[in-house]
Amino acid sequence: MKRILAISSSGGHWEQLMLLRDSFSTHEVVYVNTLQGLAERNGIDDAYVVPDCNRNTPLQSLSSAWKIFRIILKHRPDVIISTGAAPGIIAIFIGRFFGARTIWIDSVANSEKLSLSGKLAGYVAHLQLTQWEHLSHNGGPRFAGAVL
Amino acid sequence: MILVSVGTQLPFDRLIRAIDDIAPKLDEEIVAQIGVTAYRPSNVTFHKTLAPIAYEDLVKQARVLVSHAGIGTILGAQKHKKPIVIFPRQAQFGEHRNDHQLATCRQLRHYKGVYVAETEAMLLETLQRGDLEPLTSSSAPDRRDGLIRFLRDFIDA
Repeated sequence: MKRILAISSSGGHWEQLMLLRDSFSTHEVVYVNTLQGLAERNGIDDAYVVPDCNRNTPLQSLSSAWKIFRIILKHRPDVIISTGAAPGIIAIFIGRFFGARTIWIDSVANSEKLSLSGKLAGYVAHLQLTQWEHLSHNGGPRFAGAVL
Repeated sequence: MILVSVGTQLPFDRLIRAIDDIAPKLDEEIVAQIGVTAYRPSNVTFHKTLAPIAYEDLVKQARVLVSHAGIGTILGAQKHKKPIVIFPRQAQFGEHRNDHQLATCRQLRHYKGVYVAETEAMLLETLQRGDLEPLTSSSAPDRRDGLIRFLRDFIDA
């Protein structure tokens, strides 16, 4: 049994994380998203909610990063898995300092090029996946399937 | 019932205005979640944001969904086997940071159950059709199972 931190923004990112739940649900999972009430819809009552953020909201990014840091400090996950967006890449970055293995799955919405966070994941995540076969290449993101 | 959603993060005046304009020509109840859109429709029932559970209940009741080309709503349509009409946000109108929603439309327009509308006229024409097919997971399960297996192996290793 491993400790997993599964984190994503609300909307499509979260829907994709939920569709991939079977890959980690046998472990002890801590969920983090960005919308109150969202996890409850999936039968998860103890999810953390952090502020959503992007490159245009630096203050919110700091606040989100601080909350994510506290969550990682408390739960010490063995694996961090994210389907995006910014809070996910922040968690992967912080998680590296705590020795977590990190997985980035770029959103299926990015069908012609990786997201900015997805590109960053190429530098920080142990595993960087795209959901579009034509975007995978040697030394870059790998393709292993897609939710859609 | 026609359920319209533009997500909760960005405004999408062009879609909500288009729906409001064509509503009188459609003899069907229309419910819209308009998020942070400034335009207030007068011909459709609208909510700024719906709680996730309330929104999903409406998806179940809907005949057809209309939305920006956001993956969340598309996956919701697939989960509940509903046809979905996607109206992409475009960067040229300031509706998103880039044109990934146009790219999503190009990739998904061949999926059974996904209908792309880029103008108000196309939206009206599609919503008047009586032969819309549901979006189902029939084209995706192998790809999805493959991804889940790959992730499971990586996590368990």
